[in-house]
Amino acid sequence: MKTRCLILFTAIAAAALLAAPHFLKSYGIYLLSYWLIYTIATMGLNLTVGYAGQKSLGHAAFLGIGAYTVAILLKAGVSFWLGLPAAALLCFAVGLVLGFPALRVQTIYLAFATLGFNTAVWLLIRNEEWLTGGTFGINNIARPEFFGYSLEGNLAYYHLVLGITVLMGLKLWILLRSPWGKAFTALRDNAIRAESLGISVRGYTLLSFAIGAAYAGVAGGLFASLVQFIEPGPFTVAASIMMYLMVVVGGPGYFLGPVLGAAVGVVLPEWLRDVPGVANWYLPAFGAAVVVLMVWLPDGLLSIPDRLKARREAREASAARTAAARKEVLQ
Amino acid sequence: MTDFLQLVLSGLATGSIYALAALGFTLLWQASGTINFAQGEFVMLPAFAMLACMSFGAPLGLAFVVTVLLAVVVLGWGFKRGVVDPLMRFGMMPIVVATIGLSIALRNGVRAGFSAEAHPFPSLFADKLFNIAGVTVTLADVGTFGLAVAIVLATQAFLARTVTGRAMQAVAQNTESAQVLGIDVPRMVFYTFAINAALAVAAALLVTPTYLAKFDMGEGLGTKAFFAAIIGGFNNSRGALVGGLIVGVAENLASAYISPAYKDAVALLIFMVVILFKPQGLLGRKEERKV
Repeated sequence: MKTRCLILFTAIAAAALLAAPHFLKSYGIYLLSYWLIYTIATMGLNLTVGYAGQKSLGHAAFLGIGAYTVAILLKAGVSFWLGLPAAALLCFAVGLVLGFPALRVQTIYLAFATLGFNTAVWLLIRNEEWLTGGTFGINNIARPEFFGYSLEGNLAYYHLVLGITVLMGLKLWILLRSPWGKAFTALRDNAIRAESLGISVRGYTLLSFAIGAAYAGVAGGLFASLVQFIEPGPFTVAASIMMYLMVVVGGPGYFLGPVLGAAVGVVLPEWLRDVPGVANWYLPAFGAAVVVLMVWLPDGLLSIPDRLKARREAREASAARTAAARKEVLQ
Repeated sequence: MTDFLQLVLSGLATGSIYALAALGFTLLWQASGTINFAQGEFVMLPAFAMLACMSFGAPLGLAFVVTVLLAVVVLGWGFKRGVVDPLMRFGMMPIVVATIGLSIALRNGVRAGFSAEAHPFPSLFADKLFNIAGVTVTLADVGTFGLAVAIVLATQAFLARTVTGRAMQAVAQNTESAQVLGIDVPRMVFYTFAINAALAVAAALLVTPTYLAKFDMGEGLGTKAFFAAIIGGFNNSRGALVGGLIVGVAENLASAYISPAYKDAVALLIFMVVILFKPQGLLGRKEERKV
């Protein structure tokens, strides 16, 4: 039932996403692509954080590695279609390495270790001018061609991003249904019990980081070609913290959490950027909302239906108990 | 050699400020299991509060006292009641996320509601140079270092020597036993929050003359304080001082001898080495993992 609901929902969403650009101006289409790209990146973080229960405050670093890999390869004359897998692979490898601290330390220590990793990557991007252009960044990043069909226009590129988003989402969905996905959640719920059941905690911890990072790598590659100019700005620690909040706000461990998280975390502030009087107050309001959300709804926005269901079931159970008790008394 | 000594001395001054913020971090962690991501903003807000007091004509001393009182109420009591208490039962990560949200709200709130510019802040110390055996030091460096270390040591003496301080430590070590022994646990936890707030104001007083009062001044400070706390040992309040000084000095030396561009990576590097080889910190005790 739940699966059928989800499939129906996905079909409607896909139709809406295909139709949407025709009602939007160029900037709107750009924003939609932006949203989808951050959705891919956050999906990866959701795997690491929401499903496998690790802590990562360094996800923007992978976005950066992906973006710069594609940009640098494109500048070197390598095709986008080779650059994108290369970005994913490189992020996968770096993610694997970043997983190693996670084997030693947990929770907040891990959060700060990943945060430090992000700082290190950001410093490299900013300082190694010969490779990354430093603070000047890399500009005039080309958009790819698809079998001779140019994806230069915003609409054509949006279709590419949409296709890859659906593909990545599908892959994650299959992964989560597989024994691997179950192993990740087992790891999150109780690592020691998982280990006693024969799940390699070591292997799955590393994998959860690596796969999450690869998602960010793909997102980064798409990002570079979308904005066509990259500089160290979007890959700071603050950006990573924002991505972590996007997962938490959407609902960690909910498949569609990142879609919602990316909307409130990146797209809304981008959209409201030019609205006077609102732009400056978006972030303070967002921060305050996160505090309130933690107090009232620590499992994120998408936990609302589950919460309501749990409450209804509790009420029904209590009503049933009362009825049973009354019956007993009457007899 | 004189260059080296000069760098060490100014590093000690920066490090002692990291130590102040780190001490607040460890105290909160010990007493209530709270990791405060908004620690940097807890330094930034008092800086602006003191500036506001001074704009009404108050001298720096009076502004400091008023701000300490304000901070104890708002950043101590308010923070505990509004954010930490309701989240306590969910464990550590929701508090972490909430304080991240708080830091974003405070930082950008000051930017949107007050000012995005950097404001100058009067220094406690006169602009004076000393020359001791060929080494030139500024009065500000010596004074900052002396005052910060004095505050850290005084806090530690309070924790170790007074009845209240001992009771606070008892709460930190074992809340249930402390309660059985008749210690007023909520009050002791509140004292910790109050001390953290006061330490943050002291850090603001010492750091703002060099950092300038700006909405994002707390961003780096909070992270450095955390790294310092871990390096020294999270469950040992002396660790904050050691960690802070190590980070401050190492940063200064690295930016002079290696590359100023990678200065911010130093704290991180030491932190990584420490957690890989001695996760409990240089002075910390080992804690057993519970199933």
